[in-house]
Amino acid sequence: MGNYFQPEIERASRDQIRAWQDERLVKQVRHVYQNVPYYRNLMDKKGVAPEDIRSVDDLHKLPFLTKDDLREAYPYGLLAVPRSQVVRIQSTSGTTGRRVVAFYTQHDIDLWDECCARAIVAAGGTSDDVVQVSYGYGLFTGGAGLNGGSHKLGAMTLPMSSGNTERQIQFMCDLGATILCCTPSYAAYLGESIRERGLQDQLQLKAGIFGAEAWSEEMRRDIEDTLGIKAYDIYGLTEISGPGVAFECEAQTGMHINEDHFIAEIIDPNTGEVLPEGEKGELVFTCITKEAFPLLRYRTRDICVLSREECPCGRTHVKMSKPMGRSDDMLIVKGVNVFPSQIETVLLNKGYPANYQILVSRENNSDKLEVQVEMTPEMFSDALSEISRREKELVEALKAMLGIYAIVKLVAPKTIARSEGKAVRIIDNRKLY
Amino acid sequence: MTVKQISIFLENKPGKLLALTQVLRQNQIDMRALSLAEAEDFGIARLIVDDSYKTACVLREAGYILSITPVLAAAIPDQAGSLCAILEQLEAHSVNLEYTYAFTGRQANSAYIILRVDQPEKAAEILAAAGIHLVSQSELCDL
Repeated sequence: MGNYFQPEIERASRDQIRAWQDERLVKQVRHVYQNVPYYRNLMDKKGVAPEDIRSVDDLHKLPFLTKDDLREAYPYGLLAVPRSQVVRIQSTSGTTGRRVVAFYTQHDIDLWDECCARAIVAAGGTSDDVVQVSYGYGLFTGGAGLNGGSHKLGAMTLPMSSGNTERQIQFMCDLGATILCCTPSYAAYLGESIRERGLQDQLQLKAGIFGAEAWSEEMRRDIEDTLGIKAYDIYGLTEISGPGVAFECEAQTGMHINEDHFIAEIIDPNTGEVLPEGEKGELVFTCITKEAFPLLRYRTRDICVLSREECPCGRTHVKMSKPMGRSDDMLIVKGVNVFPSQIETVLLNKGYPANYQILVSRENNSDKLEVQVEMTPEMFSDALSEISRREKELVEALKAMLGIYAIVKLVAPKTIARSEGKAVRIIDNRKLY
Repeated sequence: MTVKQISIFLENKPGKLLALTQVLRQNQIDMRALSLAEAEDFGIARLIVDDSYKTACVLREAGYILSITPVLAAAIPDQAGSLCAILEQLEAHSVNLEYTYAFTGRQANSAYIILRVDQPEKAAEILAAAGIHLVSQSELCDL
């Protein structure tokens, strides 16, 4: 038995959840059809009218939305309320450099905060806790989401944002933080730093809520041992709201999806067919309570499995497994979405050939991104300083595009393997899935 | 008067310089001088050879990326102050030296210095006027 932030919702009967979903879906489809011409066109093209959607059983009739649609409709094309009702935006990187911008009304923020509060309570949090939020603040949803959830719960919130490890550790010790929220790699790094300083005895941490990037069970044990806590996973994406779409309970066997707000489907990424429950496929979300940015059937590209097995924690909401891979080529490095197409754009702009390779590795629980580019006669110079200057320029352009630092490595021509069909552009040595 | 230096991009990995010299051996190319400049992941091999045209052709054929750079090859007597005399001339005329390396010839007491400068033509005139012997491309074969 555990604690719940909203027990009447989190432990609702399956029939009750289904009744909420039916009612909210019907209403939401009307709202979107009326207010989002972009989606109305998609529905018209598919020959689906709002009246055709009478319950969750009809969900499969609706068209999908993808990241390409978000790019197409950027920036305001999928906004479903007048701009005057929007109180916040959050953003994440998108394909080929155009960012994803998501909008929120105050109501949307309130519901998002509730979802995050549920996650904090599931990790053992109460209003007596001191919650250290070490996700980035700003456009990134990590800081905003957990900050809001902690407020909603009434816990004491330390809005640390990411970085400045010295100060993180000082506040953690001096103010007695009990729950840490950040990316798993930063948690591991903080753990190492605390151990190096011999400050483990000073900690009052009991739990951590770690998300925004993939992490293995091995890494979980590692963080739990180093920090002396129980580590909980949390899932979300900016397009759907942010962290808190799904969260882990003490059973640590998957993440409960907040089904009163989001309907989850698993589809075959190649055919788009809905797969029977329990099968592995691409996760698709439909937002049934959001006002400003209510995406319907949004393809996450995350591959996972849903399970409705009874959970010992008492929650009745469906559980999703940790994502087991992607159905596109997006990488998550240091919690940041990286598309090979973004890297390609930068290389071409800077006059480099499109023949490149991306290597991702994890050293000491921290991600490392390396871009290998083949030297060309045009880029070559007899002066080392000239080559280094160009290399630096490229590093800076990549940083501006991706938001994170990438190592650039110039290699000899024809050393990057050219395959018959699609080139192998990405080598991910992190073994995350 | 300048000579042609061949600059070749090499990855900073075991065996890369060996592979380059194997191509030279196969083609019977005789090196006069070699200098290596290294960055973290890559380096530049700078060569002075007897036949720069042939060398550039065979290396390109073998897939190397290279450039041909005009450098000065000055004969310097084996005595104290020889290099100093050259540098004084460059300094006096505000010619900037980017890098330099030296080699010896087959004859006793013959030493040469390669100078890569920002204004090679101007530097050649200055040094010639100061009585410093600059080696020509055709002379290189016989050094």
